[in-house]
Amino acid sequence: MSLDSKIPEGPIGDKWTNHKNNINLVNPANKRNIDVIVIGTGLAGGSASATLAELGYNVKAFCYQDSPRRAHSIAAQGGINAAKNYQGDGDSTYRLFYDTVKGGDYRSREANVYRLAEVSTNIIDQCVAQGVPFARDYGGLLDNRSFGGVLVSRTFYAKGQTGQQLLLGAYSAMNRQIAKGKIQMYNRHEMLDVVIVDGKARGIIARNLVTGEIERHSAHAVVLASGGYGNVFFLSTNAMGSNVTASWKAHKKGAYFANPCFTQIHPTCVPVHGSQQSKLTLMSESLRNDGRIWVPKKKEDAEAVRKGTLKPTDIKEEDRDYYLERRYPSFGNLVPRDVASRAAKERCDAGYGVVDNDTKEGVFLDFASAILRYGKEEANVKGIENPSEEKIKELGKKVIENKYGNLFDMYQNIADENPYETPMKIYPAVHYTMGGIWVDYNLMTTVPGLYATGESNFSDHGANRLGASALMQGLADGYFVLPYTIGDYLADDIRTGPISTDSKEFEEAEQKVKDEINALVNINGSKPVDYFHKKLGLIMWNKVGMSRNEQGLKEAIQEIAELRDEFYKDVKVPGSGNEMNSELEKAGRVADFLELGELFARDALEREESCGGHFREEYQTEEGEALRRDPEYTYVSAWEYTGKPSEAILHKEELSYENIELKTRSYK
Amino acid sequence: MSADKSINITLKVWRQKNAEAKGALETYELNDVSTSNSFLEMMDQLNEQLINEGKSPVEFDHDCREGICGSCNMYINGQPHGPKNLNTTCQLHMRSFKNGETIYVEPWRAKAFPVIKDLVVDRSAFDRIQQAGGYVSVNTSGNTQDANAIPIEKQNADWAFDAATCIGCGACVAACKNASANLFVSAKVSQYALLPQGQVEAKDRVLNMVKQAQKEGFGPCSNTGACEVECPKGISLENIARMNREYLAASLSK
Repeated sequence: MSLDSKIPEGPIGDKWTNHKNNINLVNPANKRNIDVIVIGTGLAGGSASATLAELGYNVKAFCYQDSPRRAHSIAAQGGINAAKNYQGDGDSTYRLFYDTVKGGDYRSREANVYRLAEVSTNIIDQCVAQGVPFARDYGGLLDNRSFGGVLVSRTFYAKGQTGQQLLLGAYSAMNRQIAKGKIQMYNRHEMLDVVIVDGKARGIIARNLVTGEIERHSAHAVVLASGGYGNVFFLSTNAMGSNVTASWKAHKKGAYFANPCFTQIHPTCVPVHGSQQSKLTLMSESLRNDGRIWVPKKKEDAEAVRKGTLKPTDIKEEDRDYYLERRYPSFGNLVPRDVASRAAKERCDAGYGVVDNDTKEGVFLDFASAILRYGKEEANVKGIENPSEEKIKELGKKVIENKYGNLFDMYQNIADENPYETPMKIYPAVHYTMGGIWVDYNLMTTVPGLYATGESNFSDHGANRLGASALMQGLADGYFVLPYTIGDYLADDIRTGPISTDSKEFEEAEQKVKDEINALVNINGSKPVDYFHKKLGLIMWNKVGMSRNEQGLKEAIQEIAELRDEFYKDVKVPGSGNEMNSELEKAGRVADFLELGELFARDALEREESCGGHFREEYQTEEGEALRRDPEYTYVSAWEYTGKPSEAILHKEELSYENIELKTRSYK
Repeated sequence: MSADKSINITLKVWRQKNAEAKGALETYELNDVSTSNSFLEMMDQLNEQLINEGKSPVEFDHDCREGICGSCNMYINGQPHGPKNLNTTCQLHMRSFKNGETIYVEPWRAKAFPVIKDLVVDRSAFDRIQQAGGYVSVNTSGNTQDANAIPIEKQNADWAFDAATCIGCGACVAACKNASANLFVSAKVSQYALLPQGQVEAKDRVLNMVKQAQKEGFGPCSNTGACEVECPKGISLENIARMNREYLAASLSK
């Protein structure tokens, strides 16, 4: 099957408007006869469910958590971008579009990104109308801050809890529709297969996680909003339950998987502390507005810091290496995430890491100079003449507390150190997956009637996502894109009537799910699920992580396949399928990660260039920067499942850049 | 606070097969618990031990493990989320416990939060309270007025934000001798009451949400303030006072 991205004709600024003017609509009375299933209730799924219900469709929404409000969008910290240009610093739709394409290292689809930038301003209006309490200045107007990879302040925020506030906004919009009966909410349910009838997605098989019951649910279309697959690395900033299962089952039923190797390793996370660690915690990128990143200039100082014999605050200014400011003077500490992460790895590999763990991985994020700077400003504002250094620090700490208080508390809790007094220690961690299910301009996958939105699709961030753009994409897809494009497809379904769940397709899918569950429960091996998940994570981190090479990737493919065999021989899943059983849930998810991991490594092996978060050691400049190979690799890799990850077929969607010139990214 | 790198502990954990079954505290010994582990990582370690011994692991709710999703909910040594204030269970670390200590772990106890299994309770009553009015009735067309059309006084915006940081974990209910949900309900009522966008429906909202909370079986508030002390996000009692004012005004004008 060839890939048709269905990009509308016309100049980039008119494409979305023209498209909306030309696609089919469903009349309000007919919408009442059409059902839509939405998987996931984060920003993408929550906003899509609310809007679809409001338009008149009957929505069935599913989440594995005990409430839709707990989806992992809730943990997003720093903010959401929008081209409002409230600061008058030269922002525009075009500039947001340009920054996003450049930040993504020229591997995203121009038309989708432009549309994202275009609807970004509506998101802010919408959220304010819903009562989302964004940060405001003393004049009562909305405040902005800056994020990596851009030269304007376009990020709206609610302290370090922007994701929470936006998700609660979408949740409230859902609640309004649940109260009306327009959304039927299925909490504690996990989708375990898509059902395809006559070539179209017509429903799902789900497991009730409380009773263990396997249920059939039908609809005229199915929307995936099930998030990313960063947990293939075991340790990541994702929630414990975040998984690839919904996407992977869809892939196995015909949805192509695009750019699986494009993964974002976020530069500022709390470093790993030990082997029993279950997850990693992000420290928002917004901290790089005021924090300066450094390591000691001398190796012996780094060693003394690790041993605990030298305090970072005792290292003199001239003995510190602010390596981002040194290497990238124009963007400094605000370079994009992939660049900042690799730079941290480079310093730690060279022996300058400051954390006393196995791999000595960690660098400082220091607020001392910001505290002094803000303190002096405050002293001026308050009219304090000749303030003491102590007073300045006190005032400065208050400003920092106001901006990042909850993040500092969180850090102190985990690391047991006071970041107001001593620099934070941070290191990159897996955070977001740019790759995902392939979709066309309408967000439809290669399976008719099956859509993918938010992090679960691949379309907007190319090979690297800019900070504060995930929230933007989730809400753009859910509130303002999918609800319109899906009408074009559903217009053909106004006479279809309810989809029966008694067909043989539903029966077969249900039986397959039951068989898989029974198989897992009956292996009765010797090792718990986490043993395999941790092993997979280590293979991924060491060989398919921040830097990759041909030999390592080939080894990883082999090792993952072997680990998968071992899993099916030796995993131990206690209990049965007919009860609440979180070990069984984990086993199903890890089984899918074990297949995805292999495709992920294959994709990384196939892409013989470095771009964004994908860094192949063989392809770098003399200064160690990513070296793209545009003539050979300006395409989206879309993989078709044929029975085994090793036999997946690669399809290419060529990317054409008509509005932005392909250039080597420079943040120097 | 423990200065040791690892400790040995005794756990007394509530085990209950399902909603109908009778539960009981079971005793487990757990050795070599790293003090830099979180409480939930300690529970992972316990579960690994139980699986290896052929016993059934303890079910508990958890997800983000960074203190924001509100999933985790353990009643530890008689306190919701354990001994540290302004803290969720997932953000509690084992350095807060001593070597040789006995730790009691129970589910939230409230009529409106029935136990599903072990430490997992059903908190869907909270969702239904929100469905009764915890929203602004604006459609999601994006064609609302410009976000900066209505300036909002910074103080009110900040208070609304503080109220909106509630994570819906239910610690307030678990802490309350009456199992009242007033802190939770008042946080949502306050967020909207403080913002111009919430004014239009303010009266119906407070009446309907309070009515739903009563219907769910949450008890009345007697202003003892245990909820505020145990709230991991520091939601203030002032919100309850504000809700009471809103409720009174709404009742009188209806």
